[in-house]
Amino acid sequence: MTDNKDRQNALSSRFSEKAKAVSAFVSEVPTFEAALAYCLDLCGRRGACRIRISGCDEQLSPPTDSLCEMKQEKIVAAPGLDPAQYAKLQDACAVSGFTCIKSGMREHLSGVDIGFTIANLAIAETGTLVINCPGEELRLATMLSEYHVCVVYRSTIVEDAFAAEQHLLKYLHKTPDYTAFITGASRTADIERVLALGVHGPLELHILLLED
Amino acid sequence: MQEAKNLKEYRQEMQESLDNNFLRQALDTFAVAYRAGRARAFSEFEVDRLVTDVADAKDAVLSQLNELFLQFKKNAEVAGVKVHFAKDAAEANALIVGIAKETGSKKIIKSKSMTAEETLLNHALEDQGLVVTETDLGEWIIQLRHEGPSHMVMPAIHLSRYQVGDLFTDVTGAKQEPDIEKLVKVARRELRSKFVEADMGITGANFAIADTGTIGLVTNEGNARLVTTLPRVHVALMGIDKLVPSLKDALKILKVLPRNATGQNITSYVTWITGANECLSAAGKKKEIHFIVLDNGRLEMAKDPLFSQVFRCVRCGACANVCPVYRLVGGHKMGHIYIGAIGLILTYFFHGPEKAKNIVQNCINCEACKDICAGGIDLPRLIKQVHVRIQDQAGHPLPSLLLGQVMKNRKLFHTLLRTAKWAQKPVAGNDGFMRHLPMIFFKEHDFKALPTVAEKPFRDRFPELPQPIAKPRLRVGLFSGCVQDFVYPEQMEAAFQLFAENQVAMSFPMAQSCCGLPLQMMGEAKTSRDVALQNVRAFEKENVDYIVTLCASCASHLKHNYPVLLADDPKILEKTTAFTAKVVDFSTFAHDILGLTAENFLGDGKRATFHSPCHLCRGLGVHEAPRELIRAAGLDYQEAEESEVCCGFGGTFSAKFPELSAALLNKKLDNVEKTGAEILLTDCPGCVMQLKGGLQKRGSKIIVQHTAEALTARLKKEK
Ligand code: SF4
Ligand code: SF4
Repeated sequence: MTDNKDRQNALSSRFSEKAKAVSAFVSEVPTFEAALAYCLDLCGRRGACRIRISGCDEQLSPPTDSLCEMKQEKIVAAPGLDPAQYAKLQDACAVSGFTCIKSGMREHLSGVDIGFTIANLAIAETGTLVINCPGEELRLATMLSEYHVCVVYRSTIVEDAFAAEQHLLKYLHKTPDYTAFITGASRTADIERVLALGVHGPLELHILLLED
Repeated sequence: MQEAKNLKEYRQEMQESLDNNFLRQALDTFAVAYRAGRARAFSEFEVDRLVTDVADAKDAVLSQLNELFLQFKKNAEVAGVKVHFAKDAAEANALIVGIAKETGSKKIIKSKSMTAEETLLNHALEDQGLVVTETDLGEWIIQLRHEGPSHMVMPAIHLSRYQVGDLFTDVTGAKQEPDIEKLVKVARRELRSKFVEADMGITGANFAIADTGTIGLVTNEGNARLVTTLPRVHVALMGIDKLVPSLKDALKILKVLPRNATGQNITSYVTWITGANECLSAAGKKKEIHFIVLDNGRLEMAKDPLFSQVFRCVRCGACANVCPVYRLVGGHKMGHIYIGAIGLILTYFFHGPEKAKNIVQNCINCEACKDICAGGIDLPRLIKQVHVRIQDQAGHPLPSLLLGQVMKNRKLFHTLLRTAKWAQKPVAGNDGFMRHLPMIFFKEHDFKALPTVAEKPFRDRFPELPQPIAKPRLRVGLFSGCVQDFVYPEQMEAAFQLFAENQVAMSFPMAQSCCGLPLQMMGEAKTSRDVALQNVRAFEKENVDYIVTLCASCASHLKHNYPVLLADDPKILEKTTAFTAKVVDFSTFAHDILGLTAENFLGDGKRATFHSPCHLCRGLGVHEAPRELIRAAGLDYQEAEESEVCCGFGGTFSAKFPELSAALLNKKLDNVEKTGAEILLTDCPGCVMQLKGGLQKRGSKIIVQHTAEALTARLKKEK
């Protein structure tokens, strides 16, 4: 029993170490409610909810500029939550003056402020989140959000991709399927090999480790 | 893209690259940073084992390609994807144009696909009036500039932030500052509007998993996820070499690919797509998906006993990252579409001999690519073999033919070398260097002083040398190679003395000739085999424990290439294997076998550094032996930066591409001079020739010697 606990702790710390190494923000949260609070707090702390999304303050071509105008509110998208979890998030958003959505991502192609998700699995060796997202809404929430906040249940962390293989095969065999490995924020080094975060996907990835 | 018509034009192109300071500097910093990053990424693992896993998984695919394709097709189709087979680039492009027409797609977004670059897909689509936008940042930049990629993983590595800033100023119609962070944000917004409008998305695939009909995409920016999600149609174009039996095989490759490509443990995104996914903007809320599996010469390659290993390539780009030639000239000069060592090979197979004939000669045979390859492909060998094929098809150039003719006949070759010393008389200076170069050399050779041929070759001196009298510890056969025999016999003599002092009895079979590596480099396969056989025969009757050579290139050629060159006849192969088993390089013999230590030497504390010949460190995997010997000899050893990077000699390479050879040499000498060493040691007479010549030209006082000479000079005489 304690062996198991030790193993779990070792996996958790390896996972966080690797995720942090690729500039993810990793925190421990005691409860799901704390995770929600973290998510909303992000707006204040990291200025995540700026209404104007990143890049829109640059000099852009007219059609692109008009896309920027599409976004007029502060939005948290969380298509993957179960109804009870979603209700809690909705309440919290209402208090803070955010719009909370679980569908209709295509009306927000310009971008949303925060995408809030729960990982199916996490891979310690590389600090990777595994998100099974055959549904388009969830997929888009992880792609179009400026900040991606993802809850990882500690019990779902596995050693490496091979340890996740059987799990992954279940997804792949249940077609159609779309499964994503996400490690750190979206990045590029295409100009002079200088690392820049947030090229097409989220600018920041926040991982919340939760005991279950 | 490679469009040079002949070697002359090609050399001019390269001079332009050499003059491009930004490119040179960018690639220099990259080469150094890459090696450190990769080492870090693999630090927890045994790289060789992981590479073997990839190689084994890929090799297993070869014999079942057809079955795997059918299985992949069946499983993908059950899940709602249409799978097409395209025999060549034109067919693949036509299929995609057809899909665009049928689905009424007008605007197309793409994520990075080398296979689409290979088929020149964008041209085909644009010819039909379709609007195509690349969404990978680097690909978008080069698309806007109407260029091909200059690296497989970092397509715009040849451009500066200023160039990108100017480009984006044109695109947005607003002045953009050369600030990378901002430029990336501009691209993010500009491309986002392209995503929103697109009807069709085109991607490549890194894996096509037969067991599940899944494709896997390995990316960093996140554009491939948008490309496969937003538009209502998705087309994935992949070479048939992307097929793997199972997810496990894909995961094995995934473990190596990002680590080897960019030193990342994994890329930001890996996307697994199986079947026609939900797409809320499509009719029936299902995306229309097409997988196009491309042959374009790959199936023929899979059947070839030698070239089938190309299937192991996972397109990580590492073979360009470590290539000293790539580092000097950049990607556009080192591949038509695919870049680097693998580019030299694929250009021949995908784009034909015309496009390959010049670039394939631009390999110095340093083996850095082979050493780093994610699939363990013997790239230098394949490059040489492409050269052989092109020459066999198109005819051998005169110098190459002449060399072949001369080398076939050892006596003729040696007579020519002996008479060369008369021919050079009027031009030889009295310091061992030629003042003016004989006509046979190109004028660009002037960057280094060339040595003269020795008065008396080692083969004539050998019979006069005193052998140890009492019971010998070991018997060895000496293999000199032509440079030491005819140019630097003193290196052989030094080794002879060192060995004799240690009770080693030596023989020197007179029938030995050139090892044959220069012939291989010139693409003269047949003579190269003849010469190999001659050398095996020369040592056949010698009763020796080891065959020692002071030339790392000879040693590695004898050891690794002879068994391949002489594999056709089982009897000969048996003799060859017995021969190669005895071959050992100087430092390994002196250090590991004779066990020389500080006890054997009287040092003088002079500062010394070491240039590690390519064929010693990578060819033979010898790293520590020479350095430990130098320390044991009582010298103050100082490691030079990049001591294992090529010095630019590369045998016949330095005659063909003197500008490149000179640039490599200069970098090497800068690093040597930085150590403050008085003595520069190395284990290869070719490197000695290159380094000595370069230092002489610089007017430097640094003494260049073979390690054997430095050791013998400090030998503690017994009693
Ligand atoms: S052997 Fe060396 S020069 Fe030739 S392609 Fe490989 S790395 Fe480049
Ligand atoms: S040949 Fe090897 S090193 Fe080069 S891209 Fe392919 S796998 Fe990578």
